[in-house]
Amino acid sequence: MQAYPRWKLWLILTVLVVSAMGTLPNLTTPPSWWPSAVSQPMNLGLDLKGGIHLVVDVNVEKAVEHSVEEDVDTVRRVLRENKLRYSRLDADGTTLIVQLKNDSDAAAAESLLNKEMPGYAVEAEAGRFVLTISETESKEIKKFAVDQSIEVIRSRVDALGTTEPVIVKQGERRILVQIPGYEDSARAKSLIGRTAQLEFKLVDEKGDLDKALSGKIPQGDVIVYGKAEDRGGKMVRQPYLLKKRTELSGAEIADARVSIDSRYNEYAVTLKFNNKGARKFDKLTNAHVGERFAIILEGVIQSAPVIRERIAGGTAQITGSFTSQDARDLAIVLRAGALPAPVKVVEERSIGPSLGQDSVDQGMNSIIYGIIAVLIFMGIYYRLFGLVANVALVFNMLLITGAMSMIGSTLTLPGIAGIVLTIGMAVDANVLIFERIREEIRLGKTRLAAIDGGYDKALSTIVDANITTLIAAIVLFQFGTGPVKGFAVTLSVGILASMFTAIMVTRAIVAFSIEKKSNKELSI
Amino acid sequence: MQLINPDLKVDFLGKRKLAMIFSGLLLLLSLGLVAGKGLNFGIDFTGGTLVEVKFKEAPAIADVREALAPAGYGQAIIQEFGSPEEILIRVQNQDAADSSKISTDILDALGVGLGADNVEMRRVEFVGPQVGEELTQAGLLAVLFAMLAILAYVTFRFKLRFAIGADAALLHDVTLVVGIFALTGKEFTLPVVAAILTVIGYSLNDTIVVFDRIRENFEANRKRKHPDDEVDVVNTSINQTLARTLMTSLTTLLVVLSLFLFGGEVIHDFAFALIVGIVVGTYSSIYIASPVMLSLEGRFESSDEEMKKMEAKP
Repeated sequence: MQAYPRWKLWLILTVLVVSAMGTLPNLTTPPSWWPSAVSQPMNLGLDLKGGIHLVVDVNVEKAVEHSVEEDVDTVRRVLRENKLRYSRLDADGTTLIVQLKNDSDAAAAESLLNKEMPGYAVEAEAGRFVLTISETESKEIKKFAVDQSIEVIRSRVDALGTTEPVIVKQGERRILVQIPGYEDSARAKSLIGRTAQLEFKLVDEKGDLDKALSGKIPQGDVIVYGKAEDRGGKMVRQPYLLKKRTELSGAEIADARVSIDSRYNEYAVTLKFNNKGARKFDKLTNAHVGERFAIILEGVIQSAPVIRERIAGGTAQITGSFTSQDARDLAIVLRAGALPAPVKVVEERSIGPSLGQDSVDQGMNSIIYGIIAVLIFMGIYYRLFGLVANVALVFNMLLITGAMSMIGSTLTLPGIAGIVLTIGMAVDANVLIFERIREEIRLGKTRLAAIDGGYDKALSTIVDANITTLIAAIVLFQFGTGPVKGFAVTLSVGILASMFTAIMVTRAIVAFSIEKKSNKELSI
Repeated sequence: MQLINPDLKVDFLGKRKLAMIFSGLLLLLSLGLVAGKGLNFGIDFTGGTLVEVKFKEAPAIADVREALAPAGYGQAIIQEFGSPEEILIRVQNQDAADSSKISTDILDALGVGLGADNVEMRRVEFVGPQVGEELTQAGLLAVLFAMLAILAYVTFRFKLRFAIGADAALLHDVTLVVGIFALTGKEFTLPVVAAILTVIGYSLNDTIVVFDRIRENFEANRKRKHPDDEVDVVNTSINQTLARTLMTSLTTLLVVLSLFLFGGEVIHDFAFALIVGIVVGTYSSIYIASPVMLSLEGRFESSDEEMKKMEAKP
């Protein structure tokens, strides 16, 4: 056997020291001078530490429709400013429809709409225009809706006061929400899932509600339902006839706090409007004393109080027989702002804290028992060389833990399974080498030649065999979700680590522990 | 210590017809089971809600059902999970309502019916119908892509007929593992798909080691004055690698067994799939991969030409 190259020794030593440094924070709290940049304890996945895992789908189509509806106002303003009269102006899904009163205005209107509504494709047909929102514009709106939803959800989740929640975009229109260490899945879902769309509308006091209910809704009005108690104390839906126009919305809220409604001694939420909102509210209450305004939360009227006098302070109160938690959550979502589009939970994987701990314990047990079984087996079967392989196996574990801690990857339950599997497969490279050495010995080669031959001939097999497994692991990573990805990561790291330990480390140990001149039989 | 006598020379390939018939029957049986009985797909693929709860005192399944009935989930699938205190409840998605709230309803109903202090939430999984479809697609694609990538790599490193032999073995292993899941009615979940992909990697690992030796021996054989028959060379190669094949299967089985026994209920089916896969994968690397490769001899190019090309590679 040739002299073992120096650089390989240094490499092994460096890897050993670095992985030991990487592993240390997992075993004990490092001293204060320890550079925390080097390594952190391994992140545990939600399935190990418990917590809420939600995937939320943002209804981006609704966001586009909503934006088109808002553009009705823009078109109205533009037409009015240019004294173009229309008989119909409506939003219909992703299109706006305009019908002019005078066909003679068509040419002027067309160039005006083309100029003022750049996000739309304008199709003209005599005095009738169909404005269809463009692909780029609608893409932009969708992207914005998802980004904004992330911000809103983040501030809502932050209000729960948990540490290190994860809120990230997943794919085109989904948001992944992870709240470690939190258990109340119902509350988390309702807090994240509500749109918190808050609107103030005037009640149409002159309109005839009964007539409207039979289908004749006055122009510019809309029917919205609220909840009320009937005489028997049962909750029933109560219809209101409201002006369509939204006077104020949740966007104009500066703050929302839980308060106690002094009249009924109930929980309530007190809103504080921002400057613009306060001015609007002042004007509204001043102009409509004696009328009612409805507070609509997520499409349901919460209350419709009578305006007794002008309210100049810029505050309003929402009541509705809330429990303390209801009021608290409502305040949270109103502070965080409304979601730009409705969202829906499409996937949940939440783990209670006790299951997480059980999984850690059981996972550790299976790693330990697995290692012990393999160590004993290898020791008995390959004797001295078995011990060498065992040293490599322990080195391998150190390397995996160190690498995982340093790249900051997350350990999941399937990840633990990957480590366990790696233990079994890690010795494979050594088995290949040792069996080959045995063969060489049987062919009558000298001990050193047999060792050299064994390592050299096994090398290409080891590389081929491991690369194919690595391919499977990479595919797994590419297609897997969440925990399965964790399995792919540990498996890949494990395969790479086992190739290193088998080819480099065991060889070095063998090179230094075999007496070169001896004629003793190899202990293999 | 030695497991396999080095002078052992089993005529594996002599029985390859028998092995083929045996495997063929098993494959037919698996496919029949999958088609007839069907797989017990988990909510990852069907969509639905799964709630795992732990009770302080073990309840009767009937009581749990009774507690769920007022909420409208009296028909849910309810089973013990690992211990009598732990109960698993599964409900399908509902078309009308928001299915993501089902778990909340279930936990509330259990709290009302069996005492809130008595019930502890262990795990909630909900997969919406859309997501279920996506996961099914991703799972199938993953298996497909793994096979293709492996086909490409083995063709590159060896020859096409080796690659086809390897893929045949993989297909065989995957089918049998899926067949066992159909037979036992165990839940077929996303982690099981991960286990199958791992089996693919493992089985291939085994096959490659044998192929590697076959390639080496083919080269040596070609240089001889009176080359042996390919079948003999392959048989020798399998015998030479037999000790390693069994050793590695054994150590891997040891650790997977440890996972199966001590890893906990959540990982149980995953470990089960691995155990089946390792056993089947070891068998297939001996009895499927090489015979299929041999049966394709001369199908793609002449043997001599093949040798030259192989020799050129490291």
